[in-house]
Amino acid sequence: MFRFLIRRLAVLIPTFIGVSIIAFAFIRVLPGDPVVLLSGERGMSPERHALIMQQLGFDRPLYIQYLDYLAGVLSGDFGNSIVTRRPVLDDFLALFPATLELSLCAILIAVVLGVPLGILSAVRRGSWLDQTIMGAALVGYSMPIFWWGLLLIILFSGVLGWTPVSGRISLLYFFPSVTGFMLIDSLLSGQAGAFKSAVAHLILPSIVLATIPLAVIARQTRSAMLEVLSEDYVRTARAKGLPPRRVIGLHALRNALIPVITTIGLQVGVLMAGAILTETIFSWPGIGKWMVDSVFRRDYAVVQGGLLLIAGIIMLVNLFVDVLYGLVNPRIRH
Amino acid sequence: MKTKLTFAAALLAATMLSGAAGAKTFVYCSEGSPEGFDPGLYTSGTTFDAAAHTVYNRLLEFEQGTTETVPGLAESWEISEDGLQYTFKLRPGVKFQTTDFFTPTRDFNADDVIYSFERQWKSDHPWNQYVAGGSWEYFSGMGFPNLIKSIEKIDDMTVRFTLNQQEAPFLANLAMPFASILSKEYADKLEADGQMQLMNQQPLGTGPFQFVAYQQDAVIRYRAHEDYWNGKQAIDDLVFAITPDASVRYQRLSAGECHLMPFPNAADVEEMKANPDLKVMEQEGLNIAYLAYNTQMEPFDNPQVRKALNMAINKEAIVDAVFQGMATPAKNPIPPTMWSYNEEVEDDPYDPEEAQRMLEEAGVTDLSMKVWAMPVSRPYMLNARRAAELIQSDFRQIGVDVEIVSYEWAEYLERSSDVNRDGAVILGWTGDNGDPDNFLHTLLGCDAVGGANRAQWCDEEFNNLVVEAKQTTDPDERTRLYEEAQVVFKREAPWATLNHSLSIVPMRKEVEGFVQSPLGDFAFEGVDLVE
Repeated sequence: MFRFLIRRLAVLIPTFIGVSIIAFAFIRVLPGDPVVLLSGERGMSPERHALIMQQLGFDRPLYIQYLDYLAGVLSGDFGNSIVTRRPVLDDFLALFPATLELSLCAILIAVVLGVPLGILSAVRRGSWLDQTIMGAALVGYSMPIFWWGLLLIILFSGVLGWTPVSGRISLLYFFPSVTGFMLIDSLLSGQAGAFKSAVAHLILPSIVLATIPLAVIARQTRSAMLEVLSEDYVRTARAKGLPPRRVIGLHALRNALIPVITTIGLQVGVLMAGAILTETIFSWPGIGKWMVDSVFRRDYAVVQGGLLLIAGIIMLVNLFVDVLYGLVNPRIRH
Repeated sequence: MKTKLTFAAALLAATMLSGAAGAKTFVYCSEGSPEGFDPGLYTSGTTFDAAAHTVYNRLLEFEQGTTETVPGLAESWEISEDGLQYTFKLRPGVKFQTTDFFTPTRDFNADDVIYSFERQWKSDHPWNQYVAGGSWEYFSGMGFPNLIKSIEKIDDMTVRFTLNQQEAPFLANLAMPFASILSKEYADKLEADGQMQLMNQQPLGTGPFQFVAYQQDAVIRYRAHEDYWNGKQAIDDLVFAITPDASVRYQRLSAGECHLMPFPNAADVEEMKANPDLKVMEQEGLNIAYLAYNTQMEPFDNPQVRKALNMAINKEAIVDAVFQGMATPAKNPIPPTMWSYNEEVEDDPYDPEEAQRMLEEAGVTDLSMKVWAMPVSRPYMLNARRAAELIQSDFRQIGVDVEIVSYEWAEYLERSSDVNRDGAVILGWTGDNGDPDNFLHTLLGCDAVGGANRAQWCDEEFNNLVVEAKQTTDPDERTRLYEEAQVVFKREAPWATLNHSLSIVPMRKEVEGFVQSPLGDFAFEGVDLVE
């Protein structure tokens, strides 16, 4: 197991360097530079443009900029945003808990609903239940998130008035951010009703963000389960006269979960992509919205820093999934 | 920025919620996050609404609802005979805000004025680079570095600006957000504490509202300034709830989560007007959308060709299709709400047959050209692609073949400025200070060729008029010069003037006292909630 871990960790280093180069190059490949955007329709004289590019250090050769950036990253300095001038890491740390809170709730919903629905579909293969679940999963998977989010807002917030429209908590509540997680902070604040408000604000965005992963997990669970159910050892278990619940819940599920765990791990990337739209609709102050704005503003420092941090997190999650996978399936370790 | 509230602020917030039952909180669903809180460093309206119009004042202010300047922190001023010296008498007894992060010990005075400008002007000033790589875009864009010769303190309550040349829009420029007056005392304290960056995070000024807290991308909180020189505000708390999506802003407004919102979707406006809980204000915006020919390139160097193309464009169709009627066709390069707007100018009639004849007369046949469509939606042009398609079909009628091109926004801005660019560019402008100079000289003057002058148009007669108007302080004379310039503009037709869009502000019924700004600002001084 130890050697397995070391091997996995060793792969991370070249991946990380690769990602840092891509993150650095990506935003620079896009035409247009941040200084042009800064001046907008007004335009700017070439002299002033050159002066500001020089002040920002963008007039230096690219490889020097990259090495400078890499040296900063290794010492924990991700540079300052060109637009807000604040340190990229500070902004990331302030905004990331919001994205994480939303993503965790979404993945929780997706797993808690997706896995049982997938199992049910597999067990009742071909029934109307199976067809309904898989049909719904296909619709969920194909649904444009933006439209889906607005639809839910209009129904549950607009027409029924059950949930708040957007934001993380009612504007009535105002307390210092301790952990950055609104659910925890609202409890810590001791203000009556704050926690309830935070939960109410979390419902719609979590559902919207959970939709695609939920569909994927349900479909993956179903097909993995079907494959396992047709294995000889399941037939043997059944032939032994084990109760169906035990066959499915213990013998089949354990093996079927292996590809499902991988799928759940891969959903982290999907969540990050979904967060961009979900955060925009629900005015959720997370990193998805922050990254998109920065791409449009050509905020080199934020885009390259943000991409690297997000990639780092996804890499760590995948490492964790690999380790988990190794635990569930010992053959993988060799 | 991670919100760091001191215990005092949290305590105060708690008492605010539990104790003060009658506290009035006004919630504004703003469209985006401010880039920072130092109005000198940024150029976006979002930042100005959040910093300049809440926390700060300026020597002169725009009178609410107009583009006229009125006394602000300067009580009165005198202009020397040669128009080069402006001497301002400052308003006595003006208090800076007392917040949990700073307690001022003195009133506003000349030192604050000098500090506020010198930090932007002098590159060796300790505050010039207090945010690394920060640039004073408006100060430089409005030409202040070359314009100002000196700023002197005559006494504690008198300041004199000496200019290098006459500049009539100077007073209007001083009412712009970048000219906000900061506290020198607060700056000194931050400098002594080694905390200079806080100037951009915890602003402190003399304005109607004082800064309480900012939770990044979520909420900005302000409280009414108790000792505001123009009277304490009727509302106790002002909250900006940052809500980027227009449909969601509308939902929040109808659900009562906020009282007022900017920039609705044009498609929602009819429904908003029918909603009994809401009221909708509208006003012609201080803007223009235009199609700029490259007047240095054949065949667009011939005014007759430009004129003919202008006559082929059905502007009413663009207003209907792109704005659902929430705009008016434009005939002049400045909007009708601006002083010196020339009513006498007659627009080129929509007449495709005559247009075709004029093209033939000019010897132009089988013309194919590019029309550039902006990739982004701006208040003056919601959907440039759609407008370009309409222009394409209009031009096809007179035998002109159009290829629509578009680039990503940054590239679009850059490429469209190029003197060697081909075709005609859709772009527009929103006024900064209500002065015609800000349109006519900024967008069409010879100095701006290769920059903001996308028509690359340098007409001697026009340029002389606008430069003379810039250097004349007599308002009547300036009006005359600008009116004449508009006549020349129409005759030479460097642009097809497309439209002026309406600025629409939906709000809850209970909102009183909000005045729509022709400059497009959202300022809440004087706003109240009446049940």
